[in-house]
Amino acid sequence: MTPRRAIPALLVALAAALVLAPVASAGLLTPEHGGSSNADDINWLYTVTLIVAAIVFLGVEGVLLYSVFKFKARRGAVPAQIRGNTRLEIGWTVGAAVILVILATLTFIKLDDIRNPPDSSATGLQLADSSRRLPPNGKSLNICVNGQQYIWRYTYSADCGDSAKNLGAPFSYEEMVVPVDTTVTLDIKAQDVAHSWWIPELGGKFDAIPGYTNHTWFKIPAKFGAKPGGTIFYGQCAELCGRNHANMIAEVRAVSVAEYQQWLAQRKTDIQDAETKGAAQRKQLESGSTTP
Amino acid sequence: MAATVEAPATASTAPIPQVVARRVDPEPKGWVSWVTTTDHKRIGIMYLVLTFAFFLLGGIEALLIRLQLSVPNNDLLTPQTYNELFTMHGTTMVFLFVVPVMAGFGNYFVPLMIGARDMAFPKLNALSFWLLVAGGLVFYGSLFFSPPECGWTCYSPLSDNDYLPSGGVDAWIFLIHLTGLSSLVGAINFYATIANMRAPGMGWGRLPLFVWAILTYAVLLILALPVIAGAVTLLLTDRHFGTHFYDPGNGGSPLLWQHLFWFFGHPEVYIMVLPGFGIISEVLPVFARKPVFGYKAIAASTVVIAFLGLLVWAHHMFATPSPSLVLIFFMMSSFLIAVPTGVKIFNWIATLWRGTIEYKTPLLFAVGFIGTFLIGGITGIFVAIFPVDWQLTDTYFVVAHFHYVLMGGAVFAVFAGLYYWFPKMSGRMLGEGLGKTSFWLMLVGFHVTFLVQHSAGLEGMPRRVYEYPDIRDLAVLNMISTVGAFILGLGILVTVINVLISVKRGAIAGPDPWKANTLEWFTSSPPPVNNFDTVPRIRSVEPMKDIRRQVLAQTGGVVSSAQPTPVEAGRMAAHPGADA
Ligand code: HEM
Ligand SMILES: [Cu+2]
Ligand SMILES: [Cu+2]
Repeated sequence: MTPRRAIPALLVALAAALVLAPVASAGLLTPEHGGSSNADDINWLYTVTLIVAAIVFLGVEGVLLYSVFKFKARRGAVPAQIRGNTRLEIGWTVGAAVILVILATLTFIKLDDIRNPPDSSATGLQLADSSRRLPPNGKSLNICVNGQQYIWRYTYSADCGDSAKNLGAPFSYEEMVVPVDTTVTLDIKAQDVAHSWWIPELGGKFDAIPGYTNHTWFKIPAKFGAKPGGTIFYGQCAELCGRNHANMIAEVRAVSVAEYQQWLAQRKTDIQDAETKGAAQRKQLESGSTTP
Repeated sequence: MAATVEAPATASTAPIPQVVARRVDPEPKGWVSWVTTTDHKRIGIMYLVLTFAFFLLGGIEALLIRLQLSVPNNDLLTPQTYNELFTMHGTTMVFLFVVPVMAGFGNYFVPLMIGARDMAFPKLNALSFWLLVAGGLVFYGSLFFSPPECGWTCYSPLSDNDYLPSGGVDAWIFLIHLTGLSSLVGAINFYATIANMRAPGMGWGRLPLFVWAILTYAVLLILALPVIAGAVTLLLTDRHFGTHFYDPGNGGSPLLWQHLFWFFGHPEVYIMVLPGFGIISEVLPVFARKPVFGYKAIAASTVVIAFLGLLVWAHHMFATPSPSLVLIFFMMSSFLIAVPTGVKIFNWIATLWRGTIEYKTPLLFAVGFIGTFLIGGITGIFVAIFPVDWQLTDTYFVVAHFHYVLMGGAVFAVFAGLYYWFPKMSGRMLGEGLGKTSFWLMLVGFHVTFLVQHSAGLEGMPRRVYEYPDIRDLAVLNMISTVGAFILGLGILVTVINVLISVKRGAIAGPDPWKANTLEWFTSSPPPVNNFDTVPRIRSVEPMKDIRRQVLAQTGGVVSSAQPTPVEAGRMAAHPGADA
C-alpha cells in the first residue's frame, strides 16, 4: 500500500476499533428497560425498528459502496447516459412506503400496552385510589410528581388536584418509594420551569410543564423487591431547567408491599414529628425566646 | 481521463454561441469597495467568509463542550459557562452558520446558474448581508455581559425574566430578529431572481437542481420566519412589558412557545439541509460523468419535503402532555417525509451507478454526505415513533441524530460545494492532497464523535448536562466522542489551511475545470462583474453539455492534440468574437 492509501485505511481501522470495542459489551444498542412492562414494550418496538433499520442501512450503504468502488473511472470505461427509470423509481418509492406502513402498524399494535396501565398483580398493593388514568379495575397507587428547580417532590396521594387532601399526605424528595407488583400511576406537574420525568428502566420520559398535568405509569416486577432495602432505579431530569439541570436526580426505590407500608407509616410519623417540632419552634420564636 | 468523451469547449475558433467573458469594468479596489458592494459575487464571498468564521467559533465552543464531557464528574467548566457554551454553539451553528452559508452559495451561484447578471435587488442583497453581521455582533456582544443559558430553543418559562433576567436572552431575541430579517429579505430576493431572471429557454423544467433547492429554501424561509419573529417578540414583551403569553400563572401557556418555536424550528431543519441536497445533486453527476438520475423526482421531492416539513413540528414535543391523536398525526406526517427523502438518496446512488466516477475531493464529500446523512435519516424514524421517542428524546441519541443530519446533510454538502466551486470563485483550484486528507479526517472524526453518542443516550444520558455520573459505559463513550471531536476539528482545520494556501498559490483553474454541466462554468473564473457577455439559449438541464457538443460538431470532432493549459483555456474562453 502506498502511504497515501495507508492513511485513510489506518484511520478507518482506528475508527472501527474505537467503535466496535465498546459495542462488544452489551446494552449499547437498545434503550434501558427491564423495570416495567411499558419500558419492555418500548424496547421491543425499538428493537424491531432497529432490525428493519439495519437491513435498510446495510442494503443502501452496500449499494452505495459497491457503486463507488465498482464504477471508478477506468481507461476505456464509458458512463451510461441514463436519465431515469420510471418503474424503478415508483418501485422504491412504494417500497419505502411499505416499510413505514409496517412500522406504523407495529406501533399501533403495541400502543395500548405502552400507554394504558394494567391492573396490579394479586400480590401487589390493592388500593381503591382514583386517578385520571386508571387501570381496568380502577385500583392503582397514585403519586403526584412535582418538578421544582432542582428537585422532584413526590406526594403519595390519590388526588393530586386537591390540595386540601394533599396537605396531610406523606411526601418525599428525590427518592420515590413504591411497592413491587403494583401499578403506580403518576401525575406529573412542575411549579417553576419545565422539567422531564425519566427513569430509563421504568419507561419513557414525560415532560413536567407548569400549568399542565402529564401522566405515565410503571409496574415493577416482584423480583426487584426481594432483597431488603429493595432496588433503586436511577434517572435524571431530561428537560433543560437551569444551571443544575444535570443534578436534578430522580430515584425510584422498589420494595416489597410490606416494606412499602412500613415505610409509608414511618414517613407519616416522621413528617408529623417534624411538624410538631417546627410548630413548637415557631411558637418559641414568636414568644420572643432566644433559646432554640 | 479516458472516460471523458467530450472535447473541451475551448478548442473552437468559430464564432459560436459559446463564449464569454472578459473584464468589462476594472474591479474596484480596497476594503471600502467591499463594504459598499452590491455585486452578488462579492456579497456571496463575504457571506461565505463570515459564516465560516462563525463555523470556526461554533467549532471551538463544541470542542470546549466535549472537553468538559470527556470524563465523568468533570469540573473544568462551571455549569453556567457550560450552559452558555451549548447555547452559543447551537445558536451559532444554526443561525450564523448553516442557514446563511447556504445563502452565501446561493448568492454567488444562483445568478450564474440561471444566466443572470445579478440578483433581482442588489441593494437588498447587501442589506441582508449587513443584517446578518448585525445579528452576529449583537449575539456575540453578550459575551461582555452574560450570554444566554436557555439552549438554542430557549423554552419558556426558563427564558422568562423570572428565571433568566440576564440580557443574554434579549441578545438572543435580537439575534433571531436580525438574522431572521436578513434571511427574509434574502429569501424574497432569491424568489424574485429565480422567478424572473432566468436565461432564455430556461423553463422550470431546466432549472439546475441547486436552484430548485434554493427556491424551496427561500419559500420555506418566507413561510417560517414570520412565526418565529412573532414568537420572540411575545417573549420580549413577556420579559419586559408585563404581558403573559407564556406565563402559566396568568393564563399564558409555555406550550404555546413550543408550538410556535417548532412550527418555525422544524422547517428550519429543512432550510438547513435542502440547499445541501441541491449541492449534492450538482456535484454527483459531474464526477460520475452521468446525467443526474431522475431529475424530476429529485426536484419534486425537494418541494414535497418542504411541504411536509411544515406539518411535522410537534414531533419535537412527543413528551409534552398532548392527546394521542396529536401524537399519531405527527408520527404519520413525519413518516411521510421519509419517503421523498429516501427517493432522493436512491436517485443519488443511481446517479453514481454505471458512471465513471472520478475521485476528486468534491465527490468524496458528496459520497460521505450520502453515507452519513442516511444514518441521520434512519435514526429519524426511531424518534418519529413516539413511544420510542419517549425513551430517546432529549438524550444524546437525539444529539447524535441531529448532528448526523446537520453535519451529514449540511456540513459535508457545504464542503463538497466549497471544493467544487472554489475554482469558480477564486480562479484557483483547492489542493487535492490536503482536500482528501481533510475529508478522511472529517469523516472518521465525525463518526467517532457521534456514533457512540447514540449509545450514551440509550444508556440514559440526557442532553444539556454539564456533567454525568460514572455509570454504565458513559465514561468510555464520552471519552471516545471527545477524541473524535478533535480529529474532526483537525480535519476542518486542514481545509481552512488549504483555502488559505490555495487562494494565493493554487493551480489556475480556467473557466471549467471539472467539465461541469451548468451555466456558471460558461464564464471565466472568477467571473467578470457582469457575469456574462452573452447568455446562450438554454436547451436542456445541462447547457454546458450542449455547448460542448455544438463545439464538437462545428469543429468536426477535431480536437487539438495539444491540450491547452488551464491558462490558455481561460484566455481562449474569453473569445474575441464575444466582445460586441
Ligand atoms: C464541529 C463538530 C461539532 C461538535 C463536536 C459538536 C458537539 C455538540 C455537543 C456535544 C452538543 C451537545 C450539547 C449538550 O447537549 O450538552 C451539541 C449541541 C448542538 N449542536 Fe453541535 N457539534 C458540532 C457541530 C455542529 C454543527 C455543524 C451543527 C450545525 C447546525 C451543530 C448544531 C448543534 C445544535 C443545534 C446543538 C443543540 C444545542 C442545544 O442543545 O441547545 N453542531 N453539539
Ligand atoms: Cu429539571
Ligand atoms: Cu432539567
